[in-house]
Amino acid sequence: MLILAYWRETCACLQAREAEQGEGARAVPLAGHVGFDSMPDQLVNKSVNHGFCFNILCVGETGLGKSTLMDTLFNTKFEGEPTQHNQPGVTLKSNTYELQESNVRLKLTVVNTVGFGDQINKEDSYKSIVEFIDAQFEAYLQEELKIKRTLHSYHDTRIHACLYFIAPTGHSLKSLDLVTMKKLDSKVNIIPIIAKSDAISKSELAKFKIKITSELVSNGVQIYQFPTDDESVAEINSTMNSHLPFAVVGSTEEVKIGNKMVKARQYPWGTVQVENENHCDFVKLREMLIRVNMEDLREQTHTRHYELYRRCKLEEMGFKDTDPDSKPFSLQETYEAKRNEFMGELQKKEEEMRQMFVQRVKEKEAELKEAEKELHEKFDRLKKLHQDEKKKLEEKKKSLDDELNMFKQKKTAAELLQNQAQQAGGSTTLKRDKERKK
Amino acid sequence: VAAGQNVCVFCVFLQQRNLEGYVGFANLPNQVYRKSVKRGFEFTLMVVGESGLGKSTLINSLFLTDLYSKDYPGPSQRIKKTVQVEQSKVLIKEGGVQLTLTIVDTPGFGDAVDNSNCWQPVINYIDSKCEDFLNAESRVNRRSMPDNRVHCCLYFIAPSGHGLKPLDIEFMKRLHDKVNVIPLIAKADTLTPEECQLFKKQIMKEIQEHKIKIYEFPDTEDDEDNKLIRKIKEKMPLAVVGSNVVIEVNGKKVRGRQYPWGVAEVENGEHCDFTVLRNMLIRTHMQDLKDVTNNVHYENYRSKKLAAVTCNGVDTTKTKGQLTKSPLAQMEEERREHVMKMKKMEAEMEQVFEMKVKEKKQKLKDSEAELERRHEQMKRNLEAQYKELEEKRRVYEDEKANWEAQQRILEQQKLDASKTMEKNKKKGKIF
Repeated sequence: MLILAYWRETCACLQAREAEQGEGARAVPLAGHVGFDSMPDQLVNKSVNHGFCFNILCVGETGLGKSTLMDTLFNTKFEGEPTQHNQPGVTLKSNTYELQESNVRLKLTVVNTVGFGDQINKEDSYKSIVEFIDAQFEAYLQEELKIKRTLHSYHDTRIHACLYFIAPTGHSLKSLDLVTMKKLDSKVNIIPIIAKSDAISKSELAKFKIKITSELVSNGVQIYQFPTDDESVAEINSTMNSHLPFAVVGSTEEVKIGNKMVKARQYPWGTVQVENENHCDFVKLREMLIRVNMEDLREQTHTRHYELYRRCKLEEMGFKDTDPDSKPFSLQETYEAKRNEFMGELQKKEEEMRQMFVQRVKEKEAELKEAEKELHEKFDRLKKLHQDEKKKLEEKKKSLDDELNMFKQKKTAAELLQNQAQQAGGSTTLKRDKERKK
Repeated sequence: VAAGQNVCVFCVFLQQRNLEGYVGFANLPNQVYRKSVKRGFEFTLMVVGESGLGKSTLINSLFLTDLYSKDYPGPSQRIKKTVQVEQSKVLIKEGGVQLTLTIVDTPGFGDAVDNSNCWQPVINYIDSKCEDFLNAESRVNRRSMPDNRVHCCLYFIAPSGHGLKPLDIEFMKRLHDKVNVIPLIAKADTLTPEECQLFKKQIMKEIQEHKIKIYEFPDTEDDEDNKLIRKIKEKMPLAVVGSNVVIEVNGKKVRGRQYPWGVAEVENGEHCDFTVLRNMLIRTHMQDLKDVTNNVHYENYRSKKLAAVTCNGVDTTKTKGQLTKSPLAQMEEERREHVMKMKKMEAEMEQVFEMKVKEKKQKLKDSEAELERRHEQMKRNLEAQYKELEEKRRVYEDEKANWEAQQRILEQQKLDASKTMEKNKKKGKIF
């Protein structure tokens, strides 16, 4: 008995150790009702109080009944008139509605692609859709990166589900469809649906679905699969997965069938009942999209598509998780590194500009110095000329003075001679006079 | 809109819609329920107080388990010299719900003679868990982000009956903006109901005086719930008793403490507030404690941390407006500011440069003009001198010409005179 008890105790210990999860959390038994099994309810109550939000994007050519389907799905008349086919490009129109069913409030945003597939050249049709989806991711990312942020009250505009409307040709997907879906499958949960499927017969429909599915697979388009990991919904989800793409019919008009008013489309040959599962997959779509997997669609958008966008964006900006030695960065290190890099860049730019100015100043100084030098040389030359001129003048002056002196001398000499002569003549005259007198 | 141009139009004002008929999103709460059960829950509870206040016993009573047992002895069994912060993780299951519970104990708190800064290890622990979460949240590749942040701190007040000790006040003041603080009166079975009332009143008064922000219960939209909440608020701080022992009272098995004079029952609302605590902590407000930790305390930590990183200790008044941006957006803005600053600097430098060049050129021009003027002057001077010289020469030439003319006349006269004399001599007039 003792050995058995010992054995049991050991087993229990081992079991407990085996059940350790994460970093050494050991499983312990409870001696009574603690009460934390109310946690899911607490969480749910908070969510209900806070309200839910869901964003659907409808992509498809004009006239495929996108607006009608939305009205039918949500049992309400949404905005808008039917659009014409003459749109020059693809515009995305978004409308937000507050809906309430029992105590649950839903903020529903329906985004419509206006003008999709109407142009002659449709090469860029997908671009504005991708840009729109990215813009919503970007807005969320910016909010998430803010220093003071309010994620709790942030109105999430990220697209949770993209209903892709396929034209009911009965043959295959159009190349526009494949191109667009390929561009969108890594950014949003795509749920392809065959629109206006009351134009296709049952046998054609089966073939059409197979064709579409195989084309999607062969082109590597990842469409949204209803999740099968949760036991409570795994079965219904996997069944529904096999019915994809859903062939739907939408109608807001009611027709009397038996003694009930049902949503239907009346033809001369019969009435297509929207909510009749034999007539179309509308009910399946509603079940899957809204009643069973709405929360999963939101979760996938957040944990898969948004994370992918965020990762790409951050890598683009040069963020890394580990440094070259594969040691993980802390957030502070990452930001500091970025900041240092950034400051370094700015400083470098500043330096460059300064250098450029210093260079210009040097050049200009040299220029001006040259000019100054030239000026001085010019005036030196002039001065020299002037000196020469002056010298010449001096010489001339001197020669004139010499001449003058000579002349003076000559004059003086001549006058002296004259005086002498006069005196002599005078004396001769005097002698003569004297003689005479004698 | 030009051909081929793609445009986005938003219609954001909300429109109420009434549904006619079944849609199905009323099932959303169930979807949320389902997913949360699958994910499991986490909760981290910290207990702080001097040794011997019955912290471990209370935890065991709260969670009806031997968290600290022979195999995993609690910290109180060991003697500590300094304040330690230790965590124990357990996994408990109830009603299909899985909870990973982490209990953080602080042995040594308040036990030393000098307890200055004994709260520091606690603050460090809380901050380091926030930092771990921040780093995990900020990675490029984010996988699972385990939430090890402290969601609630139960602070044990010794049942002195008088008031809060300085250490109590100091601790709560330092931690009230980092974690949800719930003060408890420990070992409440040593106080009579009247003493307990007075004690509670005194404590609340002191808490208000010191502006300590203890965890507040949020108001709900339900009036019934609000009434209950008000009742709980009146009982704060909760006076609790814990016990590891199950005793039989009146045929019922209850947890309690056996005294010669009777049994103090843990779960008896008239004996202590234990059930109030348990209901509030676990059954009704566990999620709210987590939400407040995430939305308030963690965000405070995060914004302080990021502000420090981006502002690098720059003047806080300037950076207040920058807190609404992400650090990257802020760097962008700084870059733009810098570009503008550089442009302005460039324009200024350009201006100064031009002005200096103009000055220099002007100087050069002036100096050229000056030199020209001087040169002109010298030239004129020279010309004047030349003129003078010319004049002088002319005068001289005139004089010379005159004199030479005179001399010629004189010479002629002389010649004539001598000729006459000769004639006269010949004539014999002269003897």
